[in-house]
Amino acid sequence: MIGAMISEAWHAMGANRLRTFLTMLGMVIGVGAVILMLAIGQGAQFQVDQSISSMGSNLFIILSGASTSGGVRSGSGAVPTLTISDAEALADLPGIAGVAPTLPGQAQIVYGPNNWSTSVLGATPQYFDVRDWKLVSGYPFTESDVRSATRVALVGQTVVKNLFDDEEPVGKTIRIRQSPYLVIGVLSAKGQSLDGRDQDDTVVIPVTTAQTKLFGSQFKGAVRFIMAQATSADAMPSAERSMNQLLRQRHHIQEGAENDFTVRNLTALANAAAETTRVMSLMLGAIASISLLVGGIGIMNIMLVSVTERTKEIGIRIAIGARQRDILMQFLLEAIFISLIGCLIGVATGVGGAILVNKVSGSVVVITLSSIVMAFMVAAGVGVFFGFYPANKAARLEPIEALRYE
Amino acid sequence: MSDGSVVRVAGLGKQYHTAAGPVPALANINLSIYPGEFVAVMGPSGSGKSTFMNILGCLDLPSDGSYFLNGTDVRSLTKDQLAQLRNRVIGFVFQGFNLLSRSTLLKNVGLPLVYAGMGKDERNKLAHGMLEKVGLGKYGDSLPNSISGGQQQRVAIARALINNPRLILADEPTGNLDSNTSREIMDIFSRLNREEGITIVLVTHEPDIAAYAKRLVRFMDGRLAHDGAVDIQEGRAE
Repeated sequence: MIGAMISEAWHAMGANRLRTFLTMLGMVIGVGAVILMLAIGQGAQFQVDQSISSMGSNLFIILSGASTSGGVRSGSGAVPTLTISDAEALADLPGIAGVAPTLPGQAQIVYGPNNWSTSVLGATPQYFDVRDWKLVSGYPFTESDVRSATRVALVGQTVVKNLFDDEEPVGKTIRIRQSPYLVIGVLSAKGQSLDGRDQDDTVVIPVTTAQTKLFGSQFKGAVRFIMAQATSADAMPSAERSMNQLLRQRHHIQEGAENDFTVRNLTALANAAAETTRVMSLMLGAIASISLLVGGIGIMNIMLVSVTERTKEIGIRIAIGARQRDILMQFLLEAIFISLIGCLIGVATGVGGAILVNKVSGSVVVITLSSIVMAFMVAAGVGVFFGFYPANKAARLEPIEALRYE
Repeated sequence: MSDGSVVRVAGLGKQYHTAAGPVPALANINLSIYPGEFVAVMGPSGSGKSTFMNILGCLDLPSDGSYFLNGTDVRSLTKDQLAQLRNRVIGFVFQGFNLLSRSTLLKNVGLPLVYAGMGKDERNKLAHGMLEKVGLGKYGDSLPNSISGGQQQRVAIARALINNPRLILADEPTGNLDSNTSREIMDIFSRLNREEGITIVLVTHEPDIAAYAKRLVRFMDGRLAHDGAVDIQEGRAE
């Protein structure tokens, strides 16, 4: 019985191919748009999420130099700026899990015939804990390396790629601004940061080495910024307050004067970015869903026309024994078929479109099974929902009037 | 209630409700049709014979009185049960053939079996057998508009017969056909009645078609004007 009905529905669709195709087109565009928009939205979200998790969790960054608030900015260097001893003091605060003073700079690195300009970061061993950054080979430098400012280096994946080709970097000696550094470890891949920088394009050396042997510093122990990790997300607000307090005290800042440093809650910034992306992808999906709705209305429209056109046929079917539910099923199946096939083509279009977007613009797209399954279920739902009214209208036709219809 | 009749109507009446008030189409019809009868129904347009046929065919329900089909009061039945009666107990043949133009003859003939819930292979086998019976076995894959009117009506008869109904209701089955073809169609009805004992009720305007029947029922202004043997004289007088 159901087999016969499916074949009936199939034939009815084939009877007016252009019309069936145009009806489907509404679904194709709707489903395609939803899939494509979800893929783009989820891609953006994926990228943000990845950047956030590569950053480390519950992070603060303390920058030297004042904030711009109040329009007055005391330039960095005018007052004592951040130092390693500031970092050490911060580490003793309650709610702070780890503190990493860092001194970044840019330098040309040479290994054998290859050379590469990259960012060189002076840091302490805690830096790897705070950033949650693992090594793929070798060992990180230690406190004693920091104390004695040894020339050791950890290299990021991009640096490895550009300097070492297929060689194992650990144990090799690279030259940074002419001085030899022993590579003692290779950092794992981090990918892009939130602001789109390649985090793997870096070399990490002990902060003291950077201060005394590579970049030099204005005064003893100066660093550019300090990263601090709170013990938990809940501890962040109080940690921020006590860090501000402590640093003001250490820098002898008068009551009412501007800070000569800035504490930024990186995790809050990242979460805001993630929230923005989430809202954006939700909006994209919502807008695309409207076209799905329009597609559904198209199906209802055509099915209503179809029921009117086939009134006589419905009358004949009733006369030879079709029950109301048989007629209902026949038209409902047709609507569901149109929307499901439209959906199938729509999924292909959406996936194809997403791949095209990825190829052309290079932005990350994420096509999940759940978005495809959801599109399918929505399409089937649209078919049933918008097919029901016309099908019900057909099923409730008066037999005699339907038979007399010409 | 069963007295062995196929059709029994008692005090049957039907009014149509229009903007101008109820319009009576049938009033106080009493009549029984027994198995194996061949009844011709005549009467001028508007006399109520089509309404009568629609009620007999369970396409419409009476306003007054009762209609017993094989002893069952159709007013006690649900819509699904009525559909089942149309499917298995009654076979319809219409003036305009009423075949589905997009379906092959085989599918047209097998369509009632779809609603009876029969599987495809069995359906096609039975439909093919029935097409052969009306002399169109070779045309199973043709579409209705590729064959003549007489052939289409034979397909319609095959469709009416497919579920082995005990009652055939034919509404001017020869109305669109020429006299030779009409004769062929009427021969089929006669044979079904004579050889298989199928009860036939047939509406016609033409006396020589009515002459094939054994009993004549004549309607006039919604009332039964004549019920008895076919009087060819009378028919010719019309």
